[in-house]
This record gives sequence, C-alpha cells and structure tokens, in this order.
Amino acid sequence: MATAVATDLNFFQVKRGFFSWIFSIDHKRIGLLYMYSLITFFLVGATLGVLMRLELLNPGKDFLEAQTYNQVFTLHGVIMIFLFIIPSIPAVFGNFFLPIMIGTDDVAFPRLNLLSWWLYIIGALMALSTLVFGDGPADTGWTFYAPYSVNTSTNVTISVLAAFVLGFSSILTGLNFIVTIHRLRTPGMTFMKMPLFAWSLYATSWIQLLATPIIGITLMMIVAERVFGVGLFDPSIGGDPILYQHLFWIYSHPAVYIMALPAFGIISELLPTFSQRTIFGYSAIAFSSLAIAFIGYFVWGHHMFTSGMSGPARIIFSILTFLVAIPTAIKVFNWVATLYKGSINVQPPLLYALAFIFQFSVGGLTGVVLGALAADIHLHDTYFVVGHFHYVMFGGAGFAFFGALHYWIPKIWGRMYNIRVANIAFSILFVGFNVLYFPMLVVGLMGMPRRYYDYLPEFHLPNMISTYGSWILAVGLLLMLGNLIVGVRKGKKVGRNPWNGITLEWQTPSPPPLQNFDKMPELPKGGPYDFKQE
Amino acid sequence: MEHATGFVLPNSGHNRDAEASKMGMWLFLFTELLLFGGLFLVYMVYRMLNPEAFLLSSFELNITLGTINTVVLLVSSMTIAMSITAIMRGDSKKSVLLLYLTLAASVIFMIIKFFEWSAKINYGYFPGMEVYQNLPDGESLFFFLYFFMTGLHALHVIIGAVLIAVVIYRTQKGLVTAQKYTLTENAGLYWHLVDLIWIFLFPLLYLIH
Repeated sequence: MATAVATDLNFFQVKRGFFSWIFSIDHKRIGLLYMYSLITFFLVGATLGVLMRLELLNPGKDFLEAQTYNQVFTLHGVIMIFLFIIPSIPAVFGNFFLPIMIGTDDVAFPRLNLLSWWLYIIGALMALSTLVFGDGPADTGWTFYAPYSVNTSTNVTISVLAAFVLGFSSILTGLNFIVTIHRLRTPGMTFMKMPLFAWSLYATSWIQLLATPIIGITLMMIVAERVFGVGLFDPSIGGDPILYQHLFWIYSHPAVYIMALPAFGIISELLPTFSQRTIFGYSAIAFSSLAIAFIGYFVWGHHMFTSGMSGPARIIFSILTFLVAIPTAIKVFNWVATLYKGSINVQPPLLYALAFIFQFSVGGLTGVVLGALAADIHLHDTYFVVGHFHYVMFGGAGFAFFGALHYWIPKIWGRMYNIRVANIAFSILFVGFNVLYFPMLVVGLMGMPRRYYDYLPEFHLPNMISTYGSWILAVGLLLMLGNLIVGVRKGKKVGRNPWNGITLEWQTPSPPPLQNFDKMPELPKGGPYDFKQE
Repeated sequence: MEHATGFVLPNSGHNRDAEASKMGMWLFLFTELLLFGGLFLVYMVYRMLNPEAFLLSSFELNITLGTINTVVLLVSSMTIAMSITAIMRGDSKKSVLLLYLTLAASVIFMIIKFFEWSAKINYGYFPGMEVYQNLPDGESLFFFLYFFMTGLHALHVIIGAVLIAVVIYRTQKGLVTAQKYTLTENAGLYWHLVDLIWIFLFPLLYLIH
C-alpha cells in the first residue's frame, strides 16, 4: 500500500470495470454500491406502496385479492425497513463521508466493510426470492408476529432468514464505525470537535451492535419452530406469543432510532452550512443522540399496550416513552435556534431539512399521542399508526436522506444538478407527502383499522385524497431522481466547496482522490461549525 | 499510506492497528453475549412458567459428562492464555504447543458432546422425533432449548477451533511474533467467550434443582 497514487485521479478514475467496484475495499465505492442498491430497492418498495394505495382508492375489491394485498404490504414493509431505511444513511453517507469528515482515508476494517455490503446483497436477494417460489412472499406483516407466522404456508422462513443476514450486515457496519471513530480521528479532533453527523453515527452504531443480536436469535427461533414444530411461540403447543412480541420489539424499537438518529445527524450538518452560522447547542445535540439511544432501549413495551401486560408495566413503559420526547425536542429547538439570525441560503438541501423539521415534529407529536395509554387503546392498529410511522420514517429519515443526496452529490461526483428543477421536485414531494399521509392520521382517528384491503364507505373521501397524494409523491420522486441523475452525468462542474461548508469533506477536491485528501486537512479552530473565522 | 504530494495522513484505515483489532473483537463479543442473552431470557421465562417439567427433564441430563466438559473448557481457557504469554516472550514453539493443547481440548469437548447428544437422540428427545412430539409441553420446551443452546454453543466451539488452527498455522509460518500477536490475543478472547457461555449453560441446564 505504500505506492503513491497520482493525485490528479479521483476515486472513480483509479480503477475501472464492474469487478473493481463489487470487490472494492474503498469506503467511497462501498458507499456508492450501497447507494445504487438501496435506491433500487426503495423504488421497488415505493411501487408496492403505490399499488396498495391504488387498491384502497375505492371501498371493496379493486384489483388485488385480500391475500395478495397481505403479501404486498408485508413485502413493502420488509423492503422499506430492512433493505432501505435501516441501512440508508449510515451505509451510504456514513460509509462515504465518515472517514473524510474525521480526516482519515478509510474505515478501520475495510474488508469487513465490503463483507457487510455482500451480506446486504445476499439478504436482499433472499428477501426478493420469496416472490418466485412456493406460496409467495410472507403475509404476516413485517413484524412476523407469532403464532400466525409459524403456521402460514407462505415463505416466512426465507424472509426471516433474510432479515437475519441483513442484521449481520448491519452489525458489521456498526462495529466498523465505532472502531473507526475511536481510532482514526485526525489528531486534534477530539470527540467534542467531531462533526455532529459522526456523533449521530456513533450513537446509531451502538444500537446496531447491542440490539440486532436479539432479533437475530428470535428470528432463528421462528425458523426452529417452523422446521421442528417446537412450541416456542404457538400457544396451542405450550408457547407464549407475547414473549415473541417482547423479543421482537426489544430490537425493533431501538431499530427505529437506528433509522432516525443518522437523519438527525444529517440535519445537524445541513442547518449550519445553509445558515452560515455555528450550530446552536453542539454538546446538547451530541449528547441527546446518546440519550435517545439509551432511553430507546427501555420503551419497547409501548408497542404492546393492547397485547396483555400488567397495568404497572404499561404505565412505566408509557412514562419512559414520554421521556424520549425530551432529547428529541432538545434537538428540534437547537436546530431552530441555529437558523435564528443566520445568513440563510435557501438551497434544495435546506428545504429538505426544513421539511424534515416540520414532518418529523408531526411524526414525533403523534408518537406522543400513541405513547399515552388511554389514547393508544383507541388508536392501536389503526391508520393513525401508519400515518405516524410514515411521518417519522419517510417524512423524517427519508427526507433527510434526500437532503443528504442534494447536499453531497456535488461532492461525490463534482457536478451540480439543476437547482430550479430540484426546488420544483421538492415542492411536489412535500405536497404529495402531506396529501398522502395526513389523511391517514384523520381516518385513523375515525377508527379505520390498518392492514385491510377494504374499508367502510364512510372512510372513502380521506382514502381517495390519500391515493391522489401517492400519485403526486410518485411524480415528485421521479422528477427528483431524474434531475439528480442528469446532474451527476451532465451537470456543471463545481469546485471543492459549492456550499461554503467548513467540515473537512469540503477541503478535498470533488470527487475526492482515492486517499481522500490531496493536502493535509486543516481543522477549523473553533470546532467543526465555526463560520466566523472565514 | 503515502500520497503523491508527499504528505502522510496521521491515521489510516490501512495501517496495522492492534488496538483497533482488539476493540473490534470486544465489540463482536458483546453481540455474541446478547445473542445468547436472548436465549437465556427465553429459558428463564419458560422455566418460570413450567418449573416442574424443567426440573424433571433436567434429571435426564448427564451431570458427570457435563462436569468433565466444564473442566476441559476451563483448562483450555488456561492453555490459550498461557500461549499468549509465550508468544509475548517470543517463544513461538511453546505458544504453538499450548495452542495444540487448546485445540485438543476443543476436540475432546466435541466428542463428549457427541456422546451426550446421541444418547438423547436414541431416546427420541430430538425435536420432531416421535417420543419428543408426545412429551408434555414443558418438557418438550426444555429439550428444544437444550439442543438449541448447546447446539449454538457447539457451533461456537467449532468456529473457535478453526480460529485456533489458523493461529497455529500462522505462528508456524512466522507471521505471528512477539511484536505482532494480536491474532493470538483475539483468538484467546473468542475462546474465553466460548468458555464463559458454557459456564452459564452448565448450571442453567444441568445443575439447578
């Protein structure tokens, strides 16, 4: 490795050919491999979502059988959760930018990093293979609740094994990032001088590491139960289905913070750059990530308020759930305070950040409603939950992902997309998103249950509006992606620093050279967001 | 890594970094503990729900063989620790010898395990067999958990043994030395975990009365 590489070549040019990509141990290439695969699966998942909305346009059966509908929403959930939103920001932008932001040339274990992408692809192929043989994809919902999941004839076993493999991939990424952050920060960059994106990845990685094994072993038990007929979770042969729910949510609740925390990190990068002002409350934002990661472990019971739990347990889980709102609100207030008296530069990434703050707040506040015991009894398993979840995950994490795309694509490819089209695409997306999901909150309050292909006639209007929203959203998505692809291929070339950012990735050429820097990176004196010195 | 313009980044992901490797290994061990932790939790819940069935079934296990295996693993944990000390002092021959002893212990453990399992399978206690299907619910859960937990542990013993074989090979090749022995240390850490999990499995399955 001691051979010097000519620095006028960027990491795209050093080697060429398909195999130089899929066997690359360069963190930038692995990040892009993840980006291509994730966006592909996202489009598959989004198509399934549009299909579901189309079925729900009118009451009664339109074009999907009830059973097909069950399989479609399960596959939509499995793809969107395990293949898109859990890996999304860490695997794509974490891989690409974490080493650059902390001033090093790769992650701590480059080969392990490649392995985690391969595991991801194997898991993804397993999940999709359920489409083609046997009784088709699982029809259990992405939660694989027992005892139905151990009795149905659909391909639950393969789906569950796919989730297991994907979990392994997620663990390896988390492990890699923790060691990278501990060992490879450039001298002078203390923990308190790290960019907040790195902090959020650090908190996320710990959750990935400490929560994922539980789901791994639980899913293995589902497989054992299906293969050997053991009565672990099926009450008719001595098992306890509630135990499955506990084990599942012990992982899957922290997992929603695996999805949300990196998004917080993105927002904490976007706001200082586009208000040209230091972030307000750096340490509060950094530590609130850790606080969310910590408290997030102890709230899983709020998914099970109606499953049968003792009164005191429910009250405790409810109180703990409310506690999560505190560090989350700390972040939101600090973000808004960062904008105050900033010199705001309205660009597409900032628009996505602002949409994030609005939509995530709607998602967060509806989450508090669901965390309240009395309200949850009424709202459990209604469309209110679906609306809440999509506001948090798509309106939050998804929009942060899009914001990060618009922020960093000029750095990754050295070319700028069309800003005007990006703004228009954003507006369509924002309108489409809210038209699609807000009616779900309303119809949920009215009592429409989720996971049915049919509904009562009185829910017709909101469902119709929601389906129209899905079309607007689809148009926005295609316009956004098309604009980015054209920008990447034909956009105007940009220099090192089109947004006037001051974290380390803006000091290197766009696209970066193989070894990330062509000159020694210089830390800003007053920490990562000290814009005053410019 | 050196750059064309003649500067070197102070930290590189491509440098050999013993601390990083060990930290990675420790983090991996955390995930292993949690993997088994989930099983311990399930075991605890079902033991509380079926105390008598679990007690009755546990009498079927062979405490003598279990004890011998515990001793075998404890001794092997010692030999691998000694092997690390030997390589730190530069005595690679002694280190390899001690690694062979550890490897032998893992083989002995697996042989004893094999006899234990075959005895149970001969009785028909393996999940899916006819006798098993007719066991009361609590007892069938116990035997499933017995096979699942010791099976998963045995898988870890096999992985550990392969790892130790790799260390032996690389030490003999001269790739592991007194200056560069992280591989031995990591294999040792992993092997201690295998030992530690057994230390929990043994009383849980065999001893509690």
